[in-house]
Amino acid sequence: MNLPSTDEILEDLAFFDSWEERYKYIIDLGNTLPTLAPELQTQERLVKGCQSNVWLDVDIQDGNLVFEVDSDAIIVKGLLVLVMAAFNNKTPANILAFDIDNYFKELDLERHISPTRGNGLRAIVAKITAIAKASQA
Amino acid sequence: MSFNVENIRNQFPILSQEIDGNPLVYLDSAATTQKPQTVIDAIVSYYTESNSNVHRGAHYLADKATRLYEGARDTIASFINAASREEVIWTSGTTESINIVANGLAHQLVASDEIIVTEMEHHANLVTWQQACKKSGATLKVAPMNDKGELDLVAFEALLNSNTKLVAMPQVSNALGTINPLDRLIPLAKSVDALVLIDGAQGIAHGNVDVQTLGCDFYIFSGHKLFGPTGIGVLWGKKSLLETWPVWLVGGEMISEVTYQDATWGVLPNRLEAGTPNMAGAIGLGAAIEWFMALDQDAVLEYEKELIRYATERAEAFDGLTIVGQAENKVGVLSFNLDGHHPADVGFLLDKQGIAVRTGDHCAQPLMNRLGVPGTARASFSVYTTRADIDALFNGLEKVKSMLG
Repeated sequence: MNLPSTDEILEDLAFFDSWEERYKYIIDLGNTLPTLAPELQTQERLVKGCQSNVWLDVDIQDGNLVFEVDSDAIIVKGLLVLVMAAFNNKTPANILAFDIDNYFKELDLERHISPTRGNGLRAIVAKITAIAKASQA
Repeated sequence: MSFNVENIRNQFPILSQEIDGNPLVYLDSAATTQKPQTVIDAIVSYYTESNSNVHRGAHYLADKATRLYEGARDTIASFINAASREEVIWTSGTTESINIVANGLAHQLVASDEIIVTEMEHHANLVTWQQACKKSGATLKVAPMNDKGELDLVAFEALLNSNTKLVAMPQVSNALGTINPLDRLIPLAKSVDALVLIDGAQGIAHGNVDVQTLGCDFYIFSGHKLFGPTGIGVLWGKKSLLETWPVWLVGGEMISEVTYQDATWGVLPNRLEAGTPNMAGAIGLGAAIEWFMALDQDAVLEYEKELIRYATERAEAFDGLTIVGQAENKVGVLSFNLDGHHPADVGFLLDKQGIAVRTGDHCAQPLMNRLGVPGTARASFSVYTTRADIDALFNGLEKVKSMLG
């Protein structure tokens, strides 16, 4: 996965005035995310959101956690890119040290990311954090 | 009497707000209806002027609260044309109402018994019966529908036999809007002496429900889908059945005599209403029904028919949109998908424009599987919905389509 950094994303998003532009950007990000192979879209990898499915696969390479993620909803895929920018290919310690709440706040997308919206994003963050904790132990 | 939607809208304070700078377009009335000012006032007035525990207090406020609360029961009874007020049991809503019937029936079921539900059930009218069957060893049968979302009457009739203990079905499908032909289905079920339960959650707000004419044994609905508050609903059942129906909750209010070792149950309606009831909810629902009954019912039906006709016409003309549920006889619901796009994306981008629809499986996962879709976007209408709301939906969908590409 060739991902933009969190700083690049924050910089890009700050540039847009309207919600249409911001979300067009997120949709475009979603379209850059490779599709998870159907055989990897298994029940064990499924992080159930209320309205759309999210799949998460993890591998450890050189002490870093390398994720593959996908969703059946394109905006969620775009949001997953935002999350991957923060977490992918990082050590468990880096992941746990990252202030994701503040990052979401800076992205100014809380309305979408708030737990009530049932997009599964909070569940993904919780799962990644749990994986990071488990691999640190 | 006539019907003026602007007059009606003005009575719903919530509808005048803006979301992200756009006027609210509320198209989620099948999930819950908004509340007219008179209902809000009734609840506020109850707490500011009348609050007291009902039935037991020997004082002025207790009498006043009891009169209001039991008066609301009379309102419900007359609204659905119950044979007597004792047939109206307060519950927390449709789900609890069905659970009372299903739990009671589970005691009586034997392994050779059969229960029939339909392919279009909401989980509330499916999981309840499925679990009652699991407990008792009875068989759950599912009456099929065609691809348009209409029940297959021939197949329905073929499922019926002398083992059929109960038929449970919705008056109107929450996910598709299909109006089921109860005038034909109920007599078929009665011809094998089955009990019939009608899930009226979606049907009740579209008017003209007469439980005696329907000929069912149980009719069930929620207050919040009928302009009333949440947390209150109704179980209507024939008195001859409810009088001896196994009690569900036990405790105060529902008893007659209690010793340390034993208890006897009170009479209807209290025997099925344990504990301090939702008094404000019942009174709020009574006010909602009085408000609704004051509308010209035929004009309401006509207006809603025109809304679904217009929405369907716009949907059919919209390139790349597939209507999910194309029954001839529909009310209140337009379920759809934009080809190639997930309903969650469609719903989200509509929401950004102030347009509230529901997306997902609509608590009907088996139905979505049956239709081969992950879910749908659902626009649902009520008496305060306008043509302008529907125009806003389709303008919004144009933008959604251009954004999703």
